[in-house]
Amino acid sequence: MALITVRDLSLGYEGRAITEKLNFTVNAGDYFCVVGENGSGKSTLMKTLLGLREPLAGEIIFGDGLKKNEIGYLPQQTVVQKDFPASVWEIVLSGCQARAGLRPFYNKEEKALARENMERMGITDLEKRCYRELSGGQQQRVLLARALCSARKILLLDEPVSGLDPKVTAEMYSLIRQINKEGIILIMISHDLSAAVRYADHILHIGTTLFFGTKEDYLKSEEGKIFLLQQGGIENDR
Amino acid sequence: MIDKLGLYLEYPFVRYALIVGVLIALCSSLLGVTLVLKRFSYIGDGLSHVAFGAMAIAAVLNLSNDMPLVLIVTIFGAVLLLRTGQNTKIKGDAAIAMISVGALAFGYLLMNIFSTSSNLSGDVCSTLFGSTSILTLTKGEVLICAVLSVAVVAIFVVFYNKIFAVTFDEDFSKATGVKAEAYNLMVAVVTAVIIVLAMNLVGSLLISALVIFPALSAMRIFKDFKKVTVCSAILSVVCAFFGIVISILAGTPVGSTIVVTDVVAFGLCSLAGFVKGGLSA
Ligand SMILES: Nc1ncnc2c1ncn2[C@@H]1O[C@H](COP(=O)(O)OP(=O)(O)O)[C@@H](O)[C@H]1O
Ligand SMILES: [Mg+2]
Repeated sequence: MALITVRDLSLGYEGRAITEKLNFTVNAGDYFCVVGENGSGKSTLMKTLLGLREPLAGEIIFGDGLKKNEIGYLPQQTVVQKDFPASVWEIVLSGCQARAGLRPFYNKEEKALARENMERMGITDLEKRCYRELSGGQQQRVLLARALCSARKILLLDEPVSGLDPKVTAEMYSLIRQINKEGIILIMISHDLSAAVRYADHILHIGTTLFFGTKEDYLKSEEGKIFLLQQGGIENDR
Repeated sequence: MIDKLGLYLEYPFVRYALIVGVLIALCSSLLGVTLVLKRFSYIGDGLSHVAFGAMAIAAVLNLSNDMPLVLIVTIFGAVLLLRTGQNTKIKGDAAIAMISVGALAFGYLLMNIFSTSSNLSGDVCSTLFGSTSILTLTKGEVLICAVLSVAVVAIFVVFYNKIFAVTFDEDFSKATGVKAEAYNLMVAVVTAVIIVLAMNLVGSLLISALVIFPALSAMRIFKDFKKVTVCSAILSVVCAFFGIVISILAGTPVGSTIVVTDVVAFGLCSLAGFVKGGLSA
């Protein structure tokens, strides 16, 4: 059975639909990319998968006993208030909160996990720094380290490389691929299509037209061709 | 001065006032950090006015012990307010303002129509600005207050990490399976308890000061959550202590003296933060 099965899902706000009739499955080991124009509802889809929003219609079925506390999530923008006092360490460690369950304090393993993920993201030396005083790219890595702490089976990333420079972007992609190879399912929203077609094995395109299938099929499809053409200009700049 | 203070400390009512004042200040500052960061600074105000309304009802009904009724009504108000903060047509601050002003007017009206007291404006004034009742506490009241305070501090310590996670990023917490709603509810209930306790101390108009000032002062100096929490607790306790001592020595009203002490501390912290920022920049 698929880990996530989505049937006839409609998304929207206040009864007004943005996308309708989404059908797709996510399976063990998948590297799943969601692409589409800005405003097509990608982030909304992710929030619905995470249970943060109710769908307008349709259903999402979780198979194989996927539990909430096995999920990691990197939001597109975290609106952290400007004056929120929080150190990098406090934030990364808070990614372990769900696994701690009702236990009041973090244990040794959880702290070690937070350290390890900070190391992976190269932010160990920022440990004591105040989050809101970091650059956009640094903040993104802090939040990814936090997401890694909570991702035991599946990791959902909403535009993980936005705001990162090309070098860090490349590092980020190889790191994400590494995580996927370790057996974590990846669902990633990206409007960097070149990365999506390079790494993903399944692609969901949402917008005026819908597509779901393997990367190879996507490249042959109408949606894929049009979208690639539109993105061509951006890619050449890189 | 010191001699005079020593003399006063011989009296049990002075010691009681100090104990209760310090405990309430400690509790309100702990939750203050979360409330300020969640943009619920004014919940203290709103809830205390709800409590004021409930007191008016209790007075009209001639209840001898108004505590249970006031507590229940206030907890109900807190849950309602924190709920509306999340998915709403009326935004958090507007909802708080509505309930707050409404309850205040309602309470005053009730007291005016039904009150049998000859000194109505005195009664109202003392509930709004804190009465001298902090100086007439009985041993039993001190005990209740101590028990509740210890419970609040214990809850805060045990749930500290969860409160941080939910305050910092509610969506992430919910998405990864943290019971954010339950913790929000808990914060609401504990807030209501503290407010009802604190009404005796500073009255319902000044209650926000106890919640807001220590947190804001600490945020001027420190930039991580734990340090801010600890610093605001210490500041609040120190200010309450000196506020009460000064008010006894100088014969000033207790509530407003504590608040003024908090304001002065805020000024000093702002200065310290400014100097610190200047040095490190
Ligand atoms: N909270 C909201 N209330 C109403 N409309 C919203 C809300 N959030 C997003 N939208 C609208 O939903 C559409 C899809 O948004 P989103 O899922 O963020 O798109 P994407 O991530 O694909 O760029 C947009 O048109 C946006 O304006
Ligand atoms: Mg988006």
